[in-house]
Amino acid sequence: MLDDTEVERLEVEAVNSAKTRQPLYTARKKVFPKRASGRFRQFKWLIMAITLGIYYLTPWIRWDRGPYAPDQAVLLDIANRRFYFFAIEIWPQEFYYVAGLLVMAGIGLFLVTSTVGRAWCGYTCPQTVWVDLFLVVERGIEGDRNARIKLDAAPMSASKLAKRVAKHAVWLVIAVATGGAWIFYFADAPTLLADFVTGHAEPVAYITVAILTATTYLFGGLMREQVCTYMCPWPRIQAAMLDENSLTVTYNDWRGEPRSRHAKKAAAEGLTVGDCVDCNACVAVCPMGIDIRDGQQLECITCALCIDACDSVMDKIGKERGLISYATLADYQSNMAIATDPATKTIDPKRVRDDKGKLSAAIAHFRLSRIFRPRTFVYAAAWSLIGIALLFALLSRDRLEVNVLQDRNPQYVRLSDGSIRNGYTVKLLNMVPQPRNFELSIEGLAGANMSVVGLDQPESRSITTEVEADKLKTIRVYVRQPLENLAEGQSFKFVVVDKAGSERASYVAKFNVPETGR
Amino acid sequence: MSEKHIDELSGVETTGHEWDGIQELNNPMPRWWLWTFYATIVWALAYTIAYPAWPMLRSATTGVLGYSSRADVQADLTAAEDAKSAYVEAVKSKSVDEIMADENLRQFATAAGSAAFKVNCIQCHGSGAQGSPGFPNLNDDEWLWGGKVDQIYQTISHGVRFAGDEETHVSEMPAFAEVLEPQQINEVAAYVASLAGTADTPDLVRAGAKVFADNCAACHGENAKGNKELGAPDLTDAIFLYASGQNAIAQQVRHPKHGVMPAWGSRLGDVKVKELAVFVYSLGGGE
Repeated sequence: MLDDTEVERLEVEAVNSAKTRQPLYTARKKVFPKRASGRFRQFKWLIMAITLGIYYLTPWIRWDRGPYAPDQAVLLDIANRRFYFFAIEIWPQEFYYVAGLLVMAGIGLFLVTSTVGRAWCGYTCPQTVWVDLFLVVERGIEGDRNARIKLDAAPMSASKLAKRVAKHAVWLVIAVATGGAWIFYFADAPTLLADFVTGHAEPVAYITVAILTATTYLFGGLMREQVCTYMCPWPRIQAAMLDENSLTVTYNDWRGEPRSRHAKKAAAEGLTVGDCVDCNACVAVCPMGIDIRDGQQLECITCALCIDACDSVMDKIGKERGLISYATLADYQSNMAIATDPATKTIDPKRVRDDKGKLSAAIAHFRLSRIFRPRTFVYAAAWSLIGIALLFALLSRDRLEVNVLQDRNPQYVRLSDGSIRNGYTVKLLNMVPQPRNFELSIEGLAGANMSVVGLDQPESRSITTEVEADKLKTIRVYVRQPLENLAEGQSFKFVVVDKAGSERASYVAKFNVPETGR
Repeated sequence: MSEKHIDELSGVETTGHEWDGIQELNNPMPRWWLWTFYATIVWALAYTIAYPAWPMLRSATTGVLGYSSRADVQADLTAAEDAKSAYVEAVKSKSVDEIMADENLRQFATAAGSAAFKVNCIQCHGSGAQGSPGFPNLNDDEWLWGGKVDQIYQTISHGVRFAGDEETHVSEMPAFAEVLEPQQINEVAAYVASLAGTADTPDLVRAGAKVFADNCAACHGENAKGNKELGAPDLTDAIFLYASGQNAIAQQVRHPKHGVMPAWGSRLGDVKVKELAVFVYSLGGGE
């Protein structure tokens, strides 16, 4: 066990500290986050690998759909107005599935935030992930915090220039790859990559890559924490999402205060000292440049790196971990009530410990039961209901549709034998990636027959037509009813049947006749 | 205003204005804002040099890039013409029957014909080609001069009773008021109306049949089925060009009306007429 005086003490002042808050128009003070290590850092590496992996690799996954559809697993084919997602193919009129997913994502964010706080910000937000990635590069080339501060302050030299050029070059490569990956979701990835490299891709591809390269480089490399603090609306909205039972990264001042750099000496002098040795490790690792010990604040994205930093210090000096921890406001307040001396209204860390110096049983950092409360149940229920509804709609949706537009000008045509003819524009939607033969027939309307423009065959009650894979076919259909069967207000059905399968669709249409008796 | 006013609290210079103790800080513009502002000025100047901008006495400066919106439109139009030129060439070189046999070409001609119809034909035939008394309905299966696509092409191309075209369809039913007695006209009108089941005076029909055989069958045929060679309409069906009913028929027998249709071949060119023929045929009544 180390003496607390042997803990490395860092000269650092939080850039965004409450005490030294700067006017908004002052130039930005750089943040030099120190490398942290621990369980949360490990977890963040894992999340980073998964999210970046999904983003960069998804367009390259192949999915065989036969000869009539692209073989890219995830493809937003805007030119042909089709959206492919593995086995699912969506036509524009089915885009409500995507809308439903967005609603689910929104409610999911409410659910996550109300339970584990700003987990989105701390772990999965692209800004956080890419800043983390850019910091890895920066640390690899320029060294950790102290080296970077020194380099930043040093006058320009050959080695500084080399480091800077190398860093920005790697950043730009990452930025180009980021913008480049985006466009592959909109076209066949291998073809587009070849076209892109040889200069044959559409201008929009280059423009998109240029814009995303610029935003990635600017946001991830240069602006970093300012994006979260000043540009992003989510930190402000989340105040409505959090309540006293939501997890936040909390400095447990009920056991940390009064903090002391010379705890042993102070204890020897009979002074009250908390667990915090004021080593500033939590401040040094913070990518947002804040001091978590100032309490809850807007800038905190709950990345939990200060927890890792503090835990390793607590390990060194032989104290329990969790001086900084995930805690709910409710738990924090009950702990605080125990720690506060009712007489002096000051924190006395001795009150939370038993005779042997262990934390007393009444102390709890986080109770799992806090997650299960009406609010989270409502969110979870709404989220699941939408999900089930979408799934049901997806599994039961039609892949064959028929739409009919009746001619209005003229509404009907009288033919020489006195029969009446109506014209219809029939649209057959074959929504699978194979060509299919459909039988179109009329149901009802006694004695009526139909003929199709361009189809050289006698009038009949049904015709067969092939519709190309994944295409809509428009045909002009004339339906003629003989004089003796004419009556006002008749309706009938156009029925379409897949000859090879069992799918069937129908459309109820009206048959117009001249008005009589006027 | 020479002396500087510094706000004590913020350390920022004030404008020196004060209202009830409230002072206005003279904060500088944000740098990004200023640079954006300067950039827009440079952009604006460059724009007026590159593009048409400054008004002169008679015209305006043309700009060094030589851009003009009219040239843009012309380029678009030319591109559109080029895009369909292959189809237009095919329409030009093929007969209407050959066009009908080629599915793609037929669809192109139908669409192009539909557009031409809206400009040139709807004034008489109606926007749905449904016609009106005196102007034939092109949707139905009754054709004065034949409903095969090449016959339709012929009719559109040379017109009907059109003075300026030698190949125009000509037919003229005599005014029978000068030939027949009024009673005979009533009789024949009753007979013709009876063919379509609309006779008002059935007792005249038998006498009318004789009048018809003597005077009308030469053109309209013994069975009154008409003759497309002569443009003589079928009198037995449900479709009448002017009006149905005995009185209207009697009127037409006494003083026939003769409609005129212009020859469109010389006005629109052969390609457009072919497209129109294919479109009219697609209306469903073609033979």
